Amino acid sequence: MNNKNNIHTISLLVANKPGVLIRCAQIFARRGFNIDSLVVSPAVNEKFSRMTITAQGDPETLEQIIKQSAKLIDVVHAEEHTGLDSVDREYALFKVRCKTAAQKTAIQKIIRGKAHIEDSSEGFLIIGQSGTTFELDKMEDKLKEYKIIEMVRSGKLVMAKGRDET
Amino acid sequence: MTKKSSTSKSKSTKTKNSSAKAPQQQMTGAEALIKCLEDHGVEYIWGLSGGAAIPIFDALVGSKIKLILVRHEQGAAHIADGYARATGKPGVVLVTSGPGATNTVTGIMTAHMDSVPMIVLTGQTISPMLGKDAFQEADIFGITMPVVKHSYLVRETNDIPRIVKESFHITNTGRPGPVHIDLPKDITSAPFTGKTLDPKMDLPGYKVPSKGKVSDIKKIAKLFNKSERPLLLVGHGAIIAQASEAIKKLARKIDSPVTNTLLGKGCFPENDPLSVGMLGMHGTAYANKALTRCDLICSIGSRFDDRINGKNDEFCIGAKKIHIDIDPAEMGKIVKCDASATGDARSIVEELIKHVDKADHSEWKKEVDGYKRDFPLKFSDSDGLTAQRVLADLQDITKGNAIISTDVGQHQMWSAQFNLTLKGEKWLSSGGAGTMGFGFPAAIGAQFGCPDDLVVAVCGDGGFQMTLFELSTIFIHKLPVKILVVDNKYLGMVRQWQELFFDNRYSGVDLEGNPDFIKLAEAYGIKGFHIDKVSHCHQRLKEAMEYKGPALIHAEVIKEDNVFPMIPAGKSAYDMIIEAPSKDTKLEKPTGST
Repeated sequence: MNNKNNIHTISLLVANKPGVLIRCAQIFARRGFNIDSLVVSPAVNEKFSRMTITAQGDPETLEQIIKQSAKLIDVVHAEEHTGLDSVDREYALFKVRCKTAAQKTAIQKIIRGKAHIEDSSEGFLIIGQSGTTFELDKMEDKLKEYKIIEMVRSGKLVMAKGRDET
Repeated sequence: MTKKSSTSKSKSTKTKNSSAKAPQQQMTGAEALIKCLEDHGVEYIWGLSGGAAIPIFDALVGSKIKLILVRHEQGAAHIADGYARATGKPGVVLVTSGPGATNTVTGIMTAHMDSVPMIVLTGQTISPMLGKDAFQEADIFGITMPVVKHSYLVRETNDIPRIVKESFHITNTGRPGPVHIDLPKDITSAPFTGKTLDPKMDLPGYKVPSKGKVSDIKKIAKLFNKSERPLLLVGHGAIIAQASEAIKKLARKIDSPVTNTLLGKGCFPENDPLSVGMLGMHGTAYANKALTRCDLICSIGSRFDDRINGKNDEFCIGAKKIHIDIDPAEMGKIVKCDASATGDARSIVEELIKHVDKADHSEWKKEVDGYKRDFPLKFSDSDGLTAQRVLADLQDITKGNAIISTDVGQHQMWSAQFNLTLKGEKWLSSGGAGTMGFGFPAAIGAQFGCPDDLVVAVCGDGGFQMTLFELSTIFIHKLPVKILVVDNKYLGMVRQWQELFFDNRYSGVDLEGNPDFIKLAEAYGIKGFHIDKVSHCHQRLKEAMEYKGPALIHAEVIKEDNVFPMIPAGKSAYDMIIEAPSKDTKLEKPTGST
């Protein structure tokens, strides 16, 4: 990732209607904001969905993007969240080459208490971990010495703390 | 066309429903749609038929809604737009799928940029064929998404009444804008089995800002009370909010000059001594001078468009900036303001009047009047007939009482300068989009909406040729629209830029070989008038305006003439060029947007 200060997390509560995702994505694209991750999931009330978007760009443009997203008819609200006012987590799967039992032991040592081996077949391991973006980045660094063949990350999930609405 | 479908109607609907029940109990989706439109008070639908829309056209047979068959779908969209601007009521367009739908896109974008209420109904291929490249299938829902306020692809016949109700609510509340409804043919053909044509809306994400916060308004009032040289900037939003009377009261109470955007023309009468007319790129010199000298600028319903504010960091240097707008997304978009209020312009201004002190700004007004005296709009008759002469004569004849609908380009700017607009609804122009081809069809829409008004389309020779096929529409419907074609045989505004900034290298602007516009009009059954001399200009223009039916006035003006004052794109009002620079002056290429 480029400039960590310019990475923003935006949470949107949207009506669960066709086209709402593309309408939101268009606003980001038009202002040249690169979306790093995007998660859409049903809200408690199934008429609504939650979107969590992480994107990079300057804060002033972001403010405009949030306002323009909020203006969309199907968007109930749009908020930027920081680590202070919310809990954020994501999940990552790493596929690494693991030819020997010794390598497996070494990997198990690295991931102990943080991640799990979800699959081990044909000399490949799939390691799964949930945590903050920072924690997952750290794990990625550590596993690099075993050559990560593939990585899939869920994208950030955010929930506002206390009484605040996400 | 109408006749043809009327013979087939009763048969087709009855066989389809194969039920002996009364038609109102066994409506098709299309019939429910038309019933809903009737219930929303729709008087006219402008459209062009086609396969996927046949069920809807079929349902219009016998409806009290008047279907006006246009000659091109872009015409329908601009006509609906002109109707909406002149009446405040949303215009309704009905076209078929594929090319019929895509032909409306320019019209939808034009309405979107200028916040005009409009409902665009498009036929669509049958639901099971969606996404399979069916004949005349276009993903119009996707294509129009960035240029609509909202849109629907209807999936269930029984959703039609709710969608229509929501569409009318969305299109003309808050900041208005076009709503598009895509209607697959199987959905409009299927029986409507819903319980009601007036269901509840389901718009949890749509909030209409109403009154501004009193605390925000008090903050604005404080800035006014400290100001010695205030300037009110009135935009289209103020017209939409019907804030004209409130703004007049405010201007008198705080004794402030008033300027307006291109689309704000008429909200504050331009013949009022406090008015300095239009500001910006081709605004009056005195409006732009006032802009550079004010110590407070308060925008009411304008969005600080780049035609007004060419250079952000030099916009009203040192002045307090205030923004009143109904759209929260406009706040801080272009200009960072010292105070702002979000909500309906009329209610905010009415509240503001209560909190501002009565002021006397004689000194400031004297200064502004000095600019009016020293830098008036001017032109010369010495080289022959100019567009300015034609438009000044038109102003003299109509005196602000006609509805003027302009196209885009030099004639638009001259028209904005010389036509003193007295009411917002009497000035129609494509501002944000700058759509050539808008003026004539928009005038048709205005004439449908205001049959007793004199409606004049002021067009250039370029733009008129983009939508002139609607001459059929005014002939057939006997609409007494007057079309003034200001013909300089150039795409004049671009030519002006090429002359001033691109070393006279003309490229793609020469319109020599234009048709004989009088003969063209006559071919459509429309009376033509020809003007090419100063001496007969006023007289012939007057005759044309007094002519009972539709008329086209072909005004041949001198070919190379430039609009001044001018602020080059990307520059500020401080860099205004008031008069034509001498031939050897070299101007740098503009850096701003277009």
